[in-house]
Amino acid sequence: MSAPAPDRDPVTGRLTTGHEWNGIKELGTPVPRIVFIGLTLGALYLIVWTILMPAWPGINSYTRGLLGIDQRTSVEARVALARLERAEWTQRIETEPLATLASDPQVMNLVKGYGKTLFGDNCQACHGGKGVGNSGFPNISQAPLMWGDDLDTIHETIRVGINAAHPETRFSQMLAFGRDGMLGRSDILAVTDYLLALGSGASVDDMTHGAEVFAFNCASCHGDNARGSVDFGAPDLVDDHWIYGGYRQAVFNSIFTGRAGHMPSWEGRLSKADLRILALYVGWLRENQP
Amino acid sequence: MSSLTRDERALSSLLFLVLTGFGFAFAIGGRGDPLAAHGWIMILFGLAGLFMMLRVWSAPNPPQSSYDEYFDAPTKAGIILALVWGVIGMAVGAWVALLLAYPDFNLAGPWTSFGRIRPIHTSGVIFGFGGNALIATSFHVLQRTSRARIPDQFSPWFVLVGYNLFCVLAASGYVLGITQSKEYAEPEWYADILLVLVWVAYFLIYIRTLMRRKEPHIYVANWYYMAFILVVAMLHIVNNLAVPISLTQAKSYSLFSGVQDAMTQWWYGHNAVAFFLTAGFLGMMYYYLPKRAERPIFSYRLSIISFWGITFMYMWAGSHHLHYTALPHWVQTLGMVFSVVLLIPSWASAGNALLTLNGAWHKVRDDAVLRFMMLAAIFYAITTLEGSFMAIRPVNSLSHYTDWTIGHVHAGALGWVAMITFGSLYALVPWMWKKSQLYSKALVEVHFWLALSGTLVYVFAMWNSGVIQGLMWRTYDESGTLTYSFLESLVAMHPYYVARTIGGTLFLLGAIVALYNVLMTIRMVERTSENVAPDLPATAPQAVPAGE
Repeated sequence: MSAPAPDRDPVTGRLTTGHEWNGIKELGTPVPRIVFIGLTLGALYLIVWTILMPAWPGINSYTRGLLGIDQRTSVEARVALARLERAEWTQRIETEPLATLASDPQVMNLVKGYGKTLFGDNCQACHGGKGVGNSGFPNISQAPLMWGDDLDTIHETIRVGINAAHPETRFSQMLAFGRDGMLGRSDILAVTDYLLALGSGASVDDMTHGAEVFAFNCASCHGDNARGSVDFGAPDLVDDHWIYGGYRQAVFNSIFTGRAGHMPSWEGRLSKADLRILALYVGWLRENQP
Repeated sequence: MSSLTRDERALSSLLFLVLTGFGFAFAIGGRGDPLAAHGWIMILFGLAGLFMMLRVWSAPNPPQSSYDEYFDAPTKAGIILALVWGVIGMAVGAWVALLLAYPDFNLAGPWTSFGRIRPIHTSGVIFGFGGNALIATSFHVLQRTSRARIPDQFSPWFVLVGYNLFCVLAASGYVLGITQSKEYAEPEWYADILLVLVWVAYFLIYIRTLMRRKEPHIYVANWYYMAFILVVAMLHIVNNLAVPISLTQAKSYSLFSGVQDAMTQWWYGHNAVAFFLTAGFLGMMYYYLPKRAERPIFSYRLSIISFWGITFMYMWAGSHHLHYTALPHWVQTLGMVFSVVLLIPSWASAGNALLTLNGAWHKVRDDAVLRFMMLAAIFYAITTLEGSFMAIRPVNSLSHYTDWTIGHVHAGALGWVAMITFGSLYALVPWMWKKSQLYSKALVEVHFWLALSGTLVYVFAMWNSGVIQGLMWRTYDESGTLTYSFLESLVAMHPYYVARTIGGTLFLLGAIVALYNVLMTIRMVERTSENVAPDLPATAPQAVPAGE
């Protein structure tokens, strides 16, 4: 083992210590002063900050810090303050009739801003950005609403949901006419074609079979003229809007296997004011159709 | 395999047999549980190992002269494994990035859903790529700086093979849905036990070789490597304390619950960053950077001070992952202050590395291998500054849960960890396979610029995305209500997700180039230079100091 004698590094002019590891020599450069300054400042910061703030644990408790700051109390204070600031308008929203609020431009300005955010966070995933729906989820900004479209009804639908867990939930189910053997294939096809013809405005005079099937099986909920009924949450079958698709196979499937869409109830998840803002926002969407 | 003695071959065969036995127990006992699939993997692994042992069963003991050389076979295998895992892990990473931008690229239903393949990416690059590179380089550095051969042939192979079995069990388990749901600690109890055995053997190799060293002092790189091994063992054992629901089922339940579980997890998680991704790779840097630059470390003393600073302070920092949560405020304060002060030893390390290059900057200009290491030190400085900054509570309230964190992690993972690894492996490969140089210097340049541009695109995309996200989530209008919905923030992130995919893909291409270049270097036929100094331990008759 050869321990080379200390020599001078030509670049730095400093001596090496004589230690060497497979060709890497140990250069004797002292630790730069700035490192010690940094460590000292760091230690000072550490000491001062942990004296000011809750920091060091003991056996049963911890040092509370001279500033008396605690994240729990600070967040509670901020939430209370925010609630207070919002109280001036939340109180109006909660108490005044929706129709009155809808005619107040100041309220509607809030609805257009905050209502949009609320809608985005809670409704958009199913009903789409402008409420125009997705496959399986109804268009709620342009189509007639199945349970009624005045503001109070919209609010109620949002509050209790459809086929939801809420005790007062709206309940609606379309039977599986084909699967459960109430109608045969040819009956379903006949009524499908009858409905498609009705919707397109074509003549249905010679579709007596389809009309008959409809009258006996569908009219009780969807109405004699197939324009739907808000009492049962039964959609209008003549307009251009289809939840599950308006082409022949989709309509056939709906009749064959039945439908029972689900909308969650939002009472308990959203505040009272938020529920009412959403109702106003949906109403506004319907009036200013995209 | 023929470098093993007969006794070592017998011991290896026995262990492969035991592994096969456990495999059958899992495969049969775990019927109807995902554990059975892992049983079959263990059987295949065990039988393959057994087959390899039997092929060389009757070979004679290695000649006595081989003990006068360093034992580099596991290092060579580890280099290849690291690069292969790197390509796999980065490819899955690019896929995961694509999934975030275009969710329809989930190609095989639940098997390849985001939640299952994302840990393949993280484990693939951290454990597969990083871990194998650490094992390979540590064996090399340990022997060279101690001028002593590893005491036996069996243990380094046990570590490398066992470790890669762990990686395979981890990655395959994710696809099957086996996970503890703890970030970077996803593998279940049996894989965790395997890793403990491997890790103890790894540490013992270190201690035993250092005890045989022929240098009076332990080189600083070994301190870093040892801290990496020792602390990762501690972290791994504590965070994975769990009770399996039965010995024939993969699922287990953590010993901790609630906020204690979260704190244990992030004590583990952040120190995995500290000791796996920092201390280990600093060890790498402290050997390969001065060797390649042919300069002594700027200040050896500073490297020691930085070592103890990093080792002491990182331990406290984990709670900064849980700012503004149910974790008590005092724990957050401690996590924050130590994270901030940690900047001093971190920058001392980065500065020490860069100042080491004084007198060698012309080499940095000409040699992409050294430039990789230089860039790594710069990214190390950037990332540690950013990390200390993000640990400050009010800053964290903006950055937490956003892509800023992802940008920060990748500045470290791509810019620091991967760059220092590629630089070190490029330096190591010609030494290991006795070549005078790499197959292609030009390809190293190509890789360098791919890696740098990929990292910059990635990190800038995530910085932008993260800050936009954080601001959108906290923007209130005059009525005191949120201005943006969460969905709007997703829409705003989309272009950055596309950019991230591009950045990641550039980086992946670089890794593929590296793998190709290394394989071609190994295949390259050339006469070794007559002037290469002998590279032998101090015990060898013709040993003279210096070499690689």
